[in-house]
Amino acid sequence: MTLNTFAARLLLAGLLGASALAQAQAKDLVVGVSWSNFQEERWKRDESAIKAALEKLGAKYISADAQGSNEKQLADVEGLITRGANALIVLAYDADAVLPAVRKAKDEHIPVLAYDRLIQDTGVLYLTFDNVEVGRMQAREVLKAKPAGNYVFIKGSPTDPNADFLHAGQLEVLKAAIAGGKIKVVGEQYTEGWSPEIAQKNMDQILTRNSNKVDAVVASNDGTAGGAVAALKSQNLRGIPVSGQDADIAALNRVARGEQTVTVFKDTRTLGEAAARFAVAMAKGTAPAAVQGAAIWSGGTKKLAIPSVFLKPVAITTDNLDYVVSAGWATKAQVCGGVDASSGPKACR
Amino acid sequence: MTTLSRPPAPTLRPSLQGFFQKTGFDPRFTSMLLVLLAVWVGLALMTEGTFLSPRNLYNLSIQTCVTGVMACGMVFLIVARQIDLSVGSLLAFSGMLIAYTQVVLFPPEAGWGWPLSIVAGLAGGLLVGAFQGWWVAYRQVPAFVVTLAGYLMYRGAAFLVADGQTLAPLAPDYQLLGGGLSGAIGPLWSSLLGLLACVFVVWQRVQVRRSRTAYGAEQLALWADGLRVLLQCGAIIGFVWVMNSYTAFNAQQERVGKGIAVPVLILIAVALAMSFVATRTRFGRYVFAMGGNPDAALLSGIPTLRVMLTLFMLMGALAALAAVITTARLNAGANSIGQMAELYVIAAAVIGGTSLAGGVGSIAGSVVGALLIQSLDNGMVLMDVSSAKRQICIGLVLIGAVWFDVVYNRRSSR
Repeated sequence: MTLNTFAARLLLAGLLGASALAQAQAKDLVVGVSWSNFQEERWKRDESAIKAALEKLGAKYISADAQGSNEKQLADVEGLITRGANALIVLAYDADAVLPAVRKAKDEHIPVLAYDRLIQDTGVLYLTFDNVEVGRMQAREVLKAKPAGNYVFIKGSPTDPNADFLHAGQLEVLKAAIAGGKIKVVGEQYTEGWSPEIAQKNMDQILTRNSNKVDAVVASNDGTAGGAVAALKSQNLRGIPVSGQDADIAALNRVARGEQTVTVFKDTRTLGEAAARFAVAMAKGTAPAAVQGAAIWSGGTKKLAIPSVFLKPVAITTDNLDYVVSAGWATKAQVCGGVDASSGPKACR
Repeated sequence: MTTLSRPPAPTLRPSLQGFFQKTGFDPRFTSMLLVLLAVWVGLALMTEGTFLSPRNLYNLSIQTCVTGVMACGMVFLIVARQIDLSVGSLLAFSGMLIAYTQVVLFPPEAGWGWPLSIVAGLAGGLLVGAFQGWWVAYRQVPAFVVTLAGYLMYRGAAFLVADGQTLAPLAPDYQLLGGGLSGAIGPLWSSLLGLLACVFVVWQRVQVRRSRTAYGAEQLALWADGLRVLLQCGAIIGFVWVMNSYTAFNAQQERVGKGIAVPVLILIAVALAMSFVATRTRFGRYVFAMGGNPDAALLSGIPTLRVMLTLFMLMGALAALAAVITTARLNAGANSIGQMAELYVIAAAVIGGTSLAGGVGSIAGSVVGALLIQSLDNGMVLMDVSSAKRQICIGLVLIGAVWFDVVYNRRSSR
């Protein structure tokens, strides 16, 4: 044990005493959340959604941050159990490495909800946005804008299983048109680390190889879409449909400017709210497979039958840009920066 | 001990050896150019000529810039027996500083926002470089450790600048620095620059001959110097000609030649300046002396600590310059840019003949090394080779290059 983890445990012990006191006062349900790496921007939004929902349901929120370490996440989960959690929401840093912690919770009969990222265990409830559906939405919107022609796939990181889920969804929609010869795939590359500048380089090369004869780009997220758009721009190619996801501010602005066709918005507040609701239900004794909307899913790498709830994301195009504004995700000024109010989409008028 | 000053290999075949002795060409650099040529021909054959089309060579020239600029600094560090593993993260950090200054701090309408943002990025790079150099030079923490820590820290810092957001769009004038749609100087200026460069090459050769005569040094045959000038001028004119013959529609929908891209000019300026520093200044001699024999350098009164600090600051500034090119080209600042850049930069320096044992290296070599790596990457995407196979291939080239050095050094020291 390093000095640091020793100090952390000492601190934890102190906290334990404090929380035991607090527990004695309120006999509420306690929901523990184990974050994988709270430093990433989006989880702050998730946390506030979970907190608000738990408060409404009369449950108490406790949490720990694994700071991107498998070992620390195991210790975190143990700590949350000791602190009296009746249900656990776990954002796994690694789908497999987190299993010992999940087993520990099972031994104590504490239900576990796998939050946004898969945990390879049949006893948990897996809650996430449907990544295959995100892929379908991307392909659908691009297909709507360009029903035939030369297509390019800018895929995600080769090390991220979500990249393949997305691509599977994209192919599902485009399969028929590809088989029928209406759509020709003229380029397909992974993007290491989802890095925009690698996406840009790959797009440059694909354009060169095809002498600019590219009619549509199915990019898997907004970062890679940004790279693809920059490559298209440097060839003075405009109006070519490009997809993305995450509703990045920069991407929403591109949609408003007409440089990107679609971005897929995954409202983390819906996710956080659902997680809180399910966690409380499970703490009160509902089986994971019996929560509202749950179905058995076995699409993971180990093909385990895992009770799952998939939330539907929202495709954002010029038609419904105001959705993200009214959802409080982005301001109108951010979305419509540099857009001519008279000729721009209706959200900017 | 400085660049291009290795003794000609004594055990090369007599005819070849005689050729290198007579012409004064550096055998290692020459063989590297030949390898590059072979790779180009191979890629051209496998892509039905697309690889050598003006358009792809124009793209290739821009894609090489980021690695090339940073490799110029890495050569110095490696020659001085140091290393910087943090350049990729530092690129992301200064890139985010630049984007933040442009997008958040100053309104996009303000025309002076983007020059200020470059100042901010460079200042960030210099400060971080000074931080690392201080730990290495004055606190004797090994550079490997300090910059490995930096690799983590600056990626994190890049995230914190805008809480993980991608910042876009950047100023239109700024985007020219990345060589986008109109980010080239046009055929006229390119030709003039090429002509000027040729005149300079001839003038420089004449100066060399004169000074050799003045000091009574051995003179190369006139044909040998003539051949060198001819090859150099040929390369310059060929480059300008290819860049000019890449025509594309400009914003007014007219088809015009592109000419040399702005980022390429930045790379050329950096490489020339750094070459000058390496071969013609006291600082450069210090660096090579420190790499050759650190103890002797210290005992002979070289301010080794200060030189070390300066080296890291230089590297920081060059990483920031690379960030300018990356963000301008991408038209956005994202904290995920520059991943694995440190590895490509070190690989470029090593392929370019920089010895990890210190004391040996050349700027020109490392730029050609960067060009070689990028050529492979560029060509294989044209051939639709997957990223996994590309990485394997570039890794093998790296081993091959170092193996070549080992064999080469063994032979020449025998």
